Amino acid sequence: MRLVTMSSMPILQQLHLEEQLLRCTPNNWCVINDGTDPATIVMGVSGRVSELVEIQPVLRDQVPVVRRFSGGGTVIVDQGTVFVTFICNKNAVAGLQPYPRDIMSWSGQLYGKVFDRFGEFHLRENDYAFSHRKFGGNAQSITKNRWVHHTSFLWDYDVKNMDYLKIPKRAPEYRLARNHTDFLCRMKEYIPSRSVFTDGVIAALGEHFSVQPMGLQAILSSDDEFVPSTKLLSQQDLQDIVSSKESLRI
Amino acid sequence: MALRLWARSAANALKLSGTGGARAAAAPAFSISRFVSTVHDGLKYTQSHEWVKTGDGVATVGITDHAQDHLGEVVFVELPEPGTTVSAGASFGNVESVKATSDVNSPISGEVVEVNSKLSETPGLINTSPYEDGWMIKVKPSSPGEADALLDAAKYTKHCEEEDAH
Repeated sequence: MRLVTMSSMPILQQLHLEEQLLRCTPNNWCVINDGTDPATIVMGVSGRVSELVEIQPVLRDQVPVVRRFSGGGTVIVDQGTVFVTFICNKNAVAGLQPYPRDIMSWSGQLYGKVFDRFGEFHLRENDYAFSHRKFGGNAQSITKNRWVHHTSFLWDYDVKNMDYLKIPKRAPEYRLARNHTDFLCRMKEYIPSRSVFTDGVIAALGEHFSVQPMGLQAILSSDDEFVPSTKLLSQQDLQDIVSSKESLRI
Repeated sequence: MALRLWARSAANALKLSGTGGARAAAAPAFSISRFVSTVHDGLKYTQSHEWVKTGDGVATVGITDHAQDHLGEVVFVELPEPGTTVSAGASFGNVESVKATSDVNSPISGEVVEVNSKLSETPGLINTSPYEDGWMIKVKPSSPGEADALLDAAKYTKHCEEEDAH
């Protein structure tokens, strides 16, 4: 597995990179991005902006909104977020079928090895949690022969940023209608440092793969033909949603 | 007539806990529950779990019962516009389930002439009726006879058994 580590890469650029690695390369990858800038709202492929985002404050404060290529829910990410992504061929893990719950089962076990010594770690209804409090949200995209499982981990977060997000209609049962503050927790309260976390991920991967670090420059491609589907919504897109009440998904 | 096969399905990740207590044996880690999936005679199948029904110059395409079960509850479907060209083995759209988008690949080449508009409001039709109401696209084939090379019901059943045995 090829390992690429970076810090503060804008999440839009990271998602474009991941989509390209998924669709245009034959290799297994782990991408770790420690923090991102600017703070950005990231929605899943089917998310309805008007249901998930407080559009007026977002427009007022010019918060970027991205629709990513994978499924799942909405997050707001910033320098307190650590991203870990696995991009694999469907035969990369013996016995693992390329379906959502299978991949989640495998990733949950891998992360269990990373987190068990720091707290009561659970894979709860597809979220990563300490006890009943979520600290990692993930999503996947599965192609014919490959898959990506990417996670945004809340090393820390700014509670004010959560005001840009609505509580989603479709929420896991264990959320129990809690607001963001009661539902989430910060990894920094459980783990001594970011590097302890990321080193733990790399060590856990090493039990399954031969991990080969690669420089970012080596993989930033000049493939102009690939057009990623992850999209930054424009201010006009958001204003159109406000005025149309989102009859069409943008 | 529908054939029924007994296949092993994947572990339900919803119930998996990673606490520091006693763990279950490591292997097989991903296959626990069992599922009976339906395979229809008269259709052709791909190894990536799509089906195609040919006839009268138009082919109908969807995903199989095996696929919908492994994917989980479908909450969103992305389909091409009529007039789009599709190629055998290539993705024409995707479905979202359990926070994952999964590509759906066309069994044959041709032009999309109709898409199932009901799936935008009721994507769960793919789960409840994968071979009838959950059809996804209709294609005017560009290579008549292309579907003949695909798997018949018996071979597809065997393919599913072999996959689930791993």
